[in-house]
Amino acid sequence: MLTLTSPVETALHRVPAGVKLAALCGFTVLLFWLRHPAGLALAALLPAGLIGLGGPTFSRHALRMLRPLWPFLGVLGLWHWWTEDLAQGLAIALRLVSAVAAANLVTMTTRLSDMLAVVEALLRPLARVGLPPRRAALVFALVIRFIPVLADRLAQITQAFTARARRRPGWRVMIPATLAALDDADHVAQALRARGGVV
Amino acid sequence: MERSLTHIALFAALVAVLGLVPPILLGSGVPITAQSLGIMLCGTVLGSRRGALAVLVFLALVAVGLPILSGGRGGLGVFAGPSVGFLIGFPLAAFVAGLVVERWPAPVGLAAGVGAALGGIVVLYAVGIPGMAVMLDKTLPQAALLITPYLPGDAIKVVLAALITRGIARMRPDALLSRS
Repeated sequence: MLTLTSPVETALHRVPAGVKLAALCGFTVLLFWLRHPAGLALAALLPAGLIGLGGPTFSRHALRMLRPLWPFLGVLGLWHWWTEDLAQGLAIALRLVSAVAAANLVTMTTRLSDMLAVVEALLRPLARVGLPPRRAALVFALVIRFIPVLADRLAQITQAFTARARRRPGWRVMIPATLAALDDADHVAQALRARGGVV
Repeated sequence: MERSLTHIALFAALVAVLGLVPPILLGSGVPITAQSLGIMLCGTVLGSRRGALAVLVFLALVAVGLPILSGGRGGLGVFAGPSVGFLIGFPLAAFVAGLVVERWPAPVGLAAGVGAALGGIVVLYAVGIPGMAVMLDKTLPQAALLITPYLPGDAIKVVLAALITRGIARMRPDALLSRS
């Protein structure tokens, strides 16, 4: 399963994940504290600069990850042009793009294993309430392992459907797909119990 | 206990797989994704507690950097964007949907439909709309206006969740953890 970490090595890749996450929190608080478009434009230079430092491939990747924001920016543009308050619209847009770009920057420069280590550290206090971090790690590993399995199963079911019916498959493929997930869950539970259960 | 863990894991994987299904474009150009159907199913099939945990596991993996949110999105950026309210609402939606199916002794299809509607629309939008209002700096009615095109698609998903849950109840009654 591919992750969103960028294969292009940058200086940020070497910074510990916890430090990056803390910096991201601080930056996001700053963004919501600033009100004026000029201040936000200055703040936007920070993620923009860090992205640029990563090189052209890295920057292109970062820009592609901002694509889901385009419809919202379009709506904001039209809305604030209509209410003749473009300055405010620009401020909101700058804040949005800066926050998302900064968060994406952390994702692109942190390996999955490092992020999972942070999650495990965050979950450690829950050990007293009955959630050992090892159990959470097992669940995460199971999900990652089974996403391609279930995706293949769904593709097979869809193929079987189109082989038997002239219509395109609709919601009906979801019943065997969900049953497959339930059956897999039972089988894996049996396998876990056969290996001595969950720690 | 192993059974609970594996059910949570497998349904989190199912929600992820549903994010890979390409969205259907409604007539108005609004993309309808299958992922929130998965959220509803987590609640109606697994029940409130396990369903909510499955969705939380899914969100944790999105945050950690897997591109499993519909459209291949993922990472921390999606939690900084305008749909963050809906992401926070996802586990609550699954919880409420599961609660209705668990507690209400009506026939499974009806309970699942009402649960999916209460959870997947009422609760989800109750959290998602204020989130969007904050991120886009708009008032609540304005944010609600931006979201209304998605309602017809979600209404269809409620019906589908009811039909799918009823189908599972018929074919494999003991597999339906919300009613076991």
